[in-house]
Amino acid sequence: MLAEIDTEKQKIIPNTDTSVIQIKNVFKSFGENNVLKDFSFDLRKGENAVVLGKSGSGKSVLIKCIIGLMKPDSGTINVLGENIPELDVAKLDKIRMKVGFLFQSNALYDSMTVRENLEFPLKRHGLKLTKEEIDRLVMEALTNVGLAETVDMMPAELSGGMRKRIALARTLILKPEIILYDEPTTGLDPITGKEIGNLMLEIQKKYNTSSIIISHDIYCVKLVANRIIMLIEGKCYAIGTYEELENSTDKKIKQFFE
Amino acid sequence: MKTTVITTFLSETGKISRFAGRFFVEVFRPRYEVKEFLRQCFYIGNKSLPLVAITAFIMGLVITIQSRPTLAEFGAESWLPKMVAVSLVREIAPVISALICAGKIGSGIGAELGSMKVTEQIDAMDVSGANPFKFLVVTRVLATTLMIPVLAILANAVSLYGGYLGANIHGVVSWQLYWNQVFDTLAYGDIGPSIIKTFFFGFAIGIIGCYKGYFSNKGTEGVGRSANSAVVISSLLVFIIDLIAVQISDLLKLT
Repeated sequence: MLAEIDTEKQKIIPNTDTSVIQIKNVFKSFGENNVLKDFSFDLRKGENAVVLGKSGSGKSVLIKCIIGLMKPDSGTINVLGENIPELDVAKLDKIRMKVGFLFQSNALYDSMTVRENLEFPLKRHGLKLTKEEIDRLVMEALTNVGLAETVDMMPAELSGGMRKRIALARTLILKPEIILYDEPTTGLDPITGKEIGNLMLEIQKKYNTSSIIISHDIYCVKLVANRIIMLIEGKCYAIGTYEELENSTDKKIKQFFE
Repeated sequence: MKTTVITTFLSETGKISRFAGRFFVEVFRPRYEVKEFLRQCFYIGNKSLPLVAITAFIMGLVITIQSRPTLAEFGAESWLPKMVAVSLVREIAPVISALICAGKIGSGIGAELGSMKVTEQIDAMDVSGANPFKFLVVTRVLATTLMIPVLAILANAVSLYGGYLGANIHGVVSWQLYWNQVFDTLAYGDIGPSIIKTFFFGFAIGIIGCYKGYFSNKGTEGVGRSANSAVVISSLLVFIIDLIAVQISDLLKLT
């Protein structure tokens, strides 16, 4: 039973002194629709922060702004000491080596094998690696997600859960310091969802990564979150641990935990 | 501002021109995606060859059969190879191959890039440190620009062979005589401009397919629409380029 997972046993305590992402007063609107209104938040080193909010509340927009795929209208987004909206392409690519992004739809390249998918970021980031080193890194990343045997398969031959794992392996291959997960368990059955959640915890432990996770899946949230950010009406409405927010009396918060 | 058909047309033309401009900027900048370019050349060239060849063969055959009665009325049947050679090489083979490619390659590129856009694969490339414009657009546009002339040259040869068979259905023209007549008639002024214009056909097909796919709307409907409008606009552009090309070769007295 998913609800009975002893989450505390698996979680690690993050380092609360240093923050790796500082988001200050971010505004973003699309035409008349104001998605983010004065959003501020600090991500601490080594923590898993879950962003919880309704569909269309701007969660995906937020993490796309963090990785530089979208530009906020105003505000600063400091990632590992660099203000993302002000960076040029070369500097942005350097930061992107340290920040992994797991897409909601996995975004595996259909025309490439699993191996080529994993090699893609290694080759494109201009790292001087030999063929053997690339092969070793690919196999290491695949072994981490338990799918070493799929190395020469095409993404279309894999199941939904396997694709998610391969996408995670591709994100992990550059050993990022920060990982942004865009709805990692959406569209998966509860058992596979739990496996992905456990994998996320393993990664946090093994590589000491800090993560921002967008999720609607309350079981996954309970499993992986050190802190939860409630994104309501474009603002950081509340921050707290799962237990704190679950016991909140605020109506807007309560509805997510019912 | 009220959007009318004219303003939509103008803004779309502007966007396509800017997209094409970006292509010329990016094409000279390293890193060069040679492997992907060659893969695209293989797909575009090799995979379209049978279709282009069959169409060109049929066109050659049909044009020859249909031209015969008119020439026979003037007792000028012996001019048949000369006449079909000029019309096939100057116009029919290059335009037909370009139209086939607009349908097959243009829609393929539009749908492929469109679905990559919808499934966030283009964003994933951006995040992976690759320049998706260079990897996807530059390679494909270069491949169509170089492969469509090659296909058109092959189409010329195959359609002339079709013409040879067509000429032999009702009459007897020896292999030697047919090709002697064909090559006596064809001058550089016939072949040169007809090959040069196919580079422009190829460029138009590639750039329109990529533009429509790259800026596809979200959802499967958007992908379908990208593929569809890629075919419509690139086919139309093939005719417009053809029209401009004939005016230029006319002005330069290459006719």
